[in-house]
Amino acid sequence: MRKMLIWLPLVLFLGFFGLFASGLLKPDDRLIASKMVGKPLPAFALPAASSDRPALTSANLATGTPRLLNIFASWCVPCAAEAPQLMALRQAGVEIDAIAIRDARADVDRFLARYGNPYARIGLDARSAVQIALGSSGVPETFVIDGKGRIAYQHIGDIRADDVPMILDRLKSAQ
Amino acid sequence: MIAEAGLAALWLAAALALLQLALVAFGLVGRKGELLGAVRPVAVSQGLLTLLAFVMLVLLFLRSDMSVMLVVTNSHSMKPWLYKFAGTWGNHEGSMLLWITVMGLAGSAVALFERALRRDTHMATLGAQAAISLGFYAFLLFSSNPFARIDPPPPDGQGLNPLLQDPGLAFHPPTLYLGYVGLSVAFSFAVGALLTRQVDAGFARAMRPWVLAAWVMLTLGITAGSYWAYYELGWGGWWFWDPVENASLMPWLAATALLHSVTVLATRDALRAWTVMLAVIAFSMSMVGTFLVRSGILTSVHAFAVDPERGTFILGLLAIYIGGAFALFGWRVGAVREGAPFELVSRETMLVINNLLLSVILGLVLIGTLYPLMTEAFGHKVSVGAPYFDRIAGPIALILMIAMMAGPLTRWRRDRFAVVAGRMMVPAIVALVVLALVVALAWGRIGILPLAGLVVAGAAAVGSVGPLWKRNLRRTPLFTWGMVIAHLGCAVSLGGMASDSAFTVEKLVAARPGDRIETAGWTLHFDKIMPIAGDNWTALQADMTASRGGGTAIVIHPQSRFFASPPTTTTEAALLTRWNGQLYVVLGQETDDGRWQVRIWWKPFVTFIWLGGIMIALGGALALLGRERRGWLLKWRARAVA
Repeated sequence: MRKMLIWLPLVLFLGFFGLFASGLLKPDDRLIASKMVGKPLPAFALPAASSDRPALTSANLATGTPRLLNIFASWCVPCAAEAPQLMALRQAGVEIDAIAIRDARADVDRFLARYGNPYARIGLDARSAVQIALGSSGVPETFVIDGKGRIAYQHIGDIRADDVPMILDRLKSAQ
Repeated sequence: MIAEAGLAALWLAAALALLQLALVAFGLVGRKGELLGAVRPVAVSQGLLTLLAFVMLVLLFLRSDMSVMLVVTNSHSMKPWLYKFAGTWGNHEGSMLLWITVMGLAGSAVALFERALRRDTHMATLGAQAAISLGFYAFLLFSSNPFARIDPPPPDGQGLNPLLQDPGLAFHPPTLYLGYVGLSVAFSFAVGALLTRQVDAGFARAMRPWVLAAWVMLTLGITAGSYWAYYELGWGGWWFWDPVENASLMPWLAATALLHSVTVLATRDALRAWTVMLAVIAFSMSMVGTFLVRSGILTSVHAFAVDPERGTFILGLLAIYIGGAFALFGWRVGAVREGAPFELVSRETMLVINNLLLSVILGLVLIGTLYPLMTEAFGHKVSVGAPYFDRIAGPIALILMIAMMAGPLTRWRRDRFAVVAGRMMVPAIVALVVLALVVALAWGRIGILPLAGLVVAGAAAVGSVGPLWKRNLRRTPLFTWGMVIAHLGCAVSLGGMASDSAFTVEKLVAARPGDRIETAGWTLHFDKIMPIAGDNWTALQADMTASRGGGTAIVIHPQSRFFASPPTTTTEAALLTRWNGQLYVVLGQETDDGRWQVRIWWKPFVTFIWLGGIMIALGGALALLGRERRGWLLKWRARAVA
């Protein structure tokens, strides 16, 4: 009996080890997904964030065709990394609106001048209120909005080049 | 050049650790005793080199050298110098370097000052310490190099998490690290003793100061962390049972158990195998904590340096060290003789009860912390919150407090039950008086657990000073004073916790400047609100005057602070401390009609929680000083005679 007990700590430890290892092996769904996926967008009306694009309201996003809603900020480094993919999506005919988080108009203008401007409308969310209502937890994030103004998909983090076909698929299936 | 010098020092230190391990292995196993003479100087040089590397990193941060990746991602040239300094360890790589530095210096200290151990056990201990260090060197050099350059260097850095820009938090991690690393020394002692089959009272006496020192540091670190979370996060709570908090609590629980069992081993030569196992468990808990915090496998409000790749590395280290130590334990502990016997009613039994209760709490906290991970393995996502921990750990902690009070009132080896019960009469009467008072004053407004907490706290406060009864206080050893103060500190803390959860008054109002708010006997005048600017932040600051019962009015300034780099808002609660509690005021959001959310708490005796924590640490420090001083005196006398 005592002989068995001596090995108990090792056995328990191996159990924990297995648990930790299994936790590490599938680290993909650590992201905080929005509870809003599948639901209509919350109503909002934001002022314009840049000098050459109109303001954005939730009504602008229910136009009958699926579109992207990109959450970004001029101070966000991954957003700059994501810009080429958004330009590519725009060239593929995708309509993209954006919400700039905690930003200033001059900074947004400078950012768009430098990295390109794929957006139709840009709203300014100065205190992250709309961002929180959308269930977004950081920048950049991109929502696929179906034609009726419902959130079909939430992409957390920057869109990489190999994500583009997937995003196009999502848009197609949101039709 | 500074970065390259630091990196070179780190590589050299790693090479010395390898040499240290090899010297011990060939010296002890290969029976080449002459090699062992080099172990101590190598250990000391290794420690000094880690210190050199750490100083280099501090210099890079203080000079805001933006050609170093770590400085860019964690600092900013506009930051106040204190936070540049603290930024050195406010990130994964820097904190790992701090860890290895503390470990290197602790290893040097073991090499230089340890005289009580038998030579072969001492050497085996230093070998084990080198083996642990090697893993951490590998981690730093291969996966988390703090000295990596960035080319081209950006014009400025990205700043430090503003939540961490607080003097309290700047020095909270180093304190905890001293504790974690102290436990690594205890672990090395245990491994060394197992290897040389020297688990006895002498080994326990050699290990005890290290356990005590680590435990004092852990206590201080946890107390400081709790107070920081309380005033910085602005939600008025002092313990959240967050995985990161639990990561520091679990080693503390194990170290507390170890501290008591090592005393049994040192004074009575009993609980040999158990003490060795606790030493392994205590360090395992430090490693598990580090792993949980950094691997990102659990979601935490303190999420910090999260990276699955690093998690894999730490998990590997965990497997080698902890798995190895438990395997060694299973293999060797059969050879450890049973210690001295003791009767059922004895202080030894009390300490065994203490150990069991602490282990049960530790197990419950561990299960609660890992439960989300276990259910996720089966496809469900759950989170375990404060209610589970409070309800399940609370009652056991109360029983533990009773054992804590009874232990010192019981004699070593054997005692009579009736006599012990007699000594417990005074605390029992105090418990009844507290019960009567609280029931008379607050019946119906107080939950069972807080009520029991107040009763036990009252009894334990009286019971813990019992060992001083009828003693010549000037001739009472410092160690006994330390024990009494630490136990009293537990009672004080418990009193604060129970009082806070029983009597806190909370009020949430929307007010505009000019309004008057009344709560819990306090009158709060909302005078005005205006923006102000600090070193690297701007804030909206409210001016309020608080007064109580016609007393003088005091101006307080709750703030909502905005940091530009990276953009974050923090709450700076206004705290007004009185002897009998704290007024805690938080400024919230502006509502649509121009009013401001103001949240006010009156928390009776909440400060006792941290006061108790400081007393516990102070008690530990006195005990350490007492033991060590006695050792020095004995040595000095022995030398004077010779």
